[in-house]
Amino acid sequence: MIEAVGLTKRYGAKTAVYNLSFQVRPGTVTGFLGPNGSGKSTTMRMILGLDRPTSGHVTIGGHPYRQLPNAPRQVGALLDAKAVHGGRSARSHLLSLAQLAGIPARRVDEVLGVVGLQDVARKRSSGFSLGMGQRLGIAAALLGDPQVLLFDEPVNGLDPEGILWVRNLMKALAAEGRTVFVSSHLMSEMALTAEHLIVIGRGQLMADMSVKDFISANSADFARVRTPQTEPAQREKLMGVLAEAGGQVMSEPDGALRVAGLPLPRISDLAHDADVRLWELSPHQASLEEAYMRLTQGAVDYRSTTDQRAGLMQQPDPMGYAPAQQVVVPEVPQQGWYAPPPPGQNPYAGAPQPGAQPQPPQQQQRPYQAPPAAAPPAPAAPPAPAAAPADLSKSEDAR
Amino acid sequence: MASAPAVLRSEWTKIRTVSSTVWTLASALVVTVAMGAALSALVRETFDEMPAVERATFDATVVSFSGMLLGQLAMVVFGVLVVGTEYSTGMIRTSLAAVPQRAAFLFSKIAVAGVLALLVGLATAFLSFFLGQALLGEHRTDLGEENVLRAVVGGGLYMGLMAVFSMGVAAMLRSTVLSLGILVPFFFLVSQILSAVPKAKEVAEYFPDQAGSTIMQVVPGALGSDPAPYSPWGGMGIMLLWVAAALAGGYLVLKRRDA
Amino acid sequence: MIELQGLTKRFGSKTAVDDLSFQVRPGVVTGFLGPNGAGKSTTMRMALGLDHPTSGSVRIDGRHYRELDEPLKYIGALLEARGLHGGRTAYNNLLCLAQSNRIPESRVTEVLELVGLSAVTRKKPKGFSMGMGQRLGIAAALLGNPQILMFDEPVNGLDPEGIHWIRNLMKTLAAEGRTIFVSSHLMSEMALTADHLIVIGQGRLLADTSMADFIHRNSRSYVRLRSPQRERLLDALHGAGLTAVEAGDGTLEVDGATAEQVGDLAARHGITLHELSAQRASLEEAFMRMTAATVEYHAHSATVPQWSKEV
Repeated sequence: MIEAVGLTKRYGAKTAVYNLSFQVRPGTVTGFLGPNGSGKSTTMRMILGLDRPTSGHVTIGGHPYRQLPNAPRQVGALLDAKAVHGGRSARSHLLSLAQLAGIPARRVDEVLGVVGLQDVARKRSSGFSLGMGQRLGIAAALLGDPQVLLFDEPVNGLDPEGILWVRNLMKALAAEGRTVFVSSHLMSEMALTAEHLIVIGRGQLMADMSVKDFISANSADFARVRTPQTEPAQREKLMGVLAEAGGQVMSEPDGALRVAGLPLPRISDLAHDADVRLWELSPHQASLEEAYMRLTQGAVDYRSTTDQRAGLMQQPDPMGYAPAQQVVVPEVPQQGWYAPPPPGQNPYAGAPQPGAQPQPPQQQQRPYQAPPAAAPPAPAAPPAPAAAPADLSKSEDAR
Repeated sequence: MASAPAVLRSEWTKIRTVSSTVWTLASALVVTVAMGAALSALVRETFDEMPAVERATFDATVVSFSGMLLGQLAMVVFGVLVVGTEYSTGMIRTSLAAVPQRAAFLFSKIAVAGVLALLVGLATAFLSFFLGQALLGEHRTDLGEENVLRAVVGGGLYMGLMAVFSMGVAAMLRSTVLSLGILVPFFFLVSQILSAVPKAKEVAEYFPDQAGSTIMQVVPGALGSDPAPYSPWGGMGIMLLWVAAALAGGYLVLKRRDA
Repeated sequence: MIELQGLTKRFGSKTAVDDLSFQVRPGVVTGFLGPNGAGKSTTMRMALGLDHPTSGSVRIDGRHYRELDEPLKYIGALLEARGLHGGRTAYNNLLCLAQSNRIPESRVTEVLELVGLSAVTRKKPKGFSMGMGQRLGIAAALLGNPQILMFDEPVNGLDPEGIHWIRNLMKTLAAEGRTIFVSSHLMSEMALTADHLIVIGQGRLLADTSMADFIHRNSRSYVRLRSPQRERLLDALHGAGLTAVEAGDGTLEVDGATAEQVGDLAARHGITLHELSAQRASLEEAFMRMTAATVEYHAHSATVPQWSKEV
């Protein structure tokens, strides 16, 4: 169990973490999310006693990290995979850590086996790939068989097999009753791994809830309904019935219906009563990414913009879903990253169509020759990130 | 082919937008001029205490260039960094993706950096000369004297070629650390020590720095040193051969090896 | 269009890339998958003329990379390792690249804005986070407005907003008719981005197929059912010769039939369904099946072996 109470950290004038209180409970994988520079790494470093909080405190099992008796046997952490002496072999690196904590040498070979590095155990870690370094870092975290584990971006540099393995490892560790706290930028990965989420933005707590609740709270669920393609009349009929019952119905490009505001059994009953056969009735939850984006808007330091002049981003999403999503949740303010094609003519309308052969070089230069004034007006401008200048040079990963 | 003026322009941007260019070239100039000035002033004070043989072969030009022994190291560092940072930063991949013709890439870079080094070298040589002569007082010489202009221009050429030679070596070794680790001790220690050892001296005379620096002597066997077995321009020719060999080696490595 | 023909690369006795032939076509995002050490990066480096093939060739629009005139206008690449000078400002790093290919200086500002680095154009990349460095690399790739783009692990170090952005950028670029070739280890990410897949293992081509086809061929697909009339549904399925497997949460999984068939069947028997959805295995699952034999470092098990506490 990790417990933060009123945790605050200032670097000079900049507040990295402000009044953060949360608990990370044993038995589940808790995800730790936040945009770059939101204070995730600072928080992790304070948990591990590497940084001293300006005020507030954080404890592990009731003790501050520095007062834990034999901390390496209780807490394991993967912070920066590259924090390994490159000239040493993987085995001697772990051995030195083990000796410091009074862990038997046999355990070193054990964890090397767990992470799949037994064949390179005697090679210098300077020749390791990012993924192998990551595995070594995970081995070090597991060394003391700790009850509390912290992982900062654990899948960085791992290949698909490694990613799957880390995910299963974290779940297994949690299932054994351990406390597993993991930060990541990969929402799709986090959605598969974590059960509980702690989200921070600009150093403050934004959410502390289960993944399921988080998605429900920050997005709209819907049902996908399909009727036999051979009978368009059935589709029309169903649309009418569903709308009458208070559902919001939209059409997807492949002819399926997207229904929000009605539970699945109700849709089933309505279809049954209307004597409409269904070929699909499936529940859809918005992605964790989508929910996360809604929550953290405005807490992002570096925001990409649309390519106004070169005409790189001015065509509608090829999947055709983006506009539909906006209709499903009309209350969501327009975001830069959901930007629809701007009104007005694309000055490079002669751009090649899908499948067309690339143009000869003379023509490729054309976009530059077009005067910038000919660019279409900007779409709804994204909200200004208003990043403090101090953020720029001190982004989270740079530390 | 990529357009040559475009590549030259790009390399010029690369050179002028890193701080190491300024501090290496500035220290080459400042160190050489300052040390030359200090030694010139010292020589004026102690001229009468110098051994007779040194007084007999006294060369006021060489004295004012005394700082070059140290200043040339800054030129070596400049040359190594110009090429070596491409490798140490990983920029080489981006650079070669932009200019895949490797000869065009390497020689544009060396041309731009070489011309810059040469200009700084010439400025250094003339400044050292004038300041040194002013401080030598009655022992001074003049640009109008025989061979003096050759020696001063040669000094600038020497500085520039040291930088270009280093670029070639760095292109061969593909590493800043390795190149500096070899070149700096070689020029500062190995070459100097060997040139003082009787037998080894006959070999050391043909090292690029030893051969090239004879062009700065107005009096053969200046300050009691043994006269070289080649003429001043012959020595410069030997240095040019070294430079050409380093560049050819650098080009072959760049061409053959994976980036 | 990128075209590989019998591309082979050996480092000493080790064959990194083994007789690889495929085409990367315009108009779609082509994913490039493979376990670590499969030869993905080497292949991309050979495409850029950085590594010399031992045999075979890679052609960009029918020409070798070195024959391209001002190549940044044809192909932009983001390689995994940082390829820019840490001590030169972001702006100047791009400026020298732009100049070498006669790209106007105004484009430098444009791409920096595009990737969201406008505020740090005059800062040096050595102070950048990994994500910012990645954005700068993407800006460099876009500099020449090329028709072909190659990205090696583009989401590395990006935060969620950045990941979302690069994904949409790649899709949009492909929709404009450009050729997008992207490698990634993140299957969940790739599933959202790529239309076509090229999978290699130990340097050899394992698959060159559409995303849907790849998943279909390499994994099980089934229909998931939920019904208040469970027993009747089971009987009806049995009557139609279908077997249903009970999943944990009260749902049924039916193999060997389409959702349409099951829907019609339920309608005929007047059975109410609360869920009827076609399930596809994930790209990850399909990928794991295909490459199981070619992985270099296998982690053994997901569980931590018991550690006898004898200290």
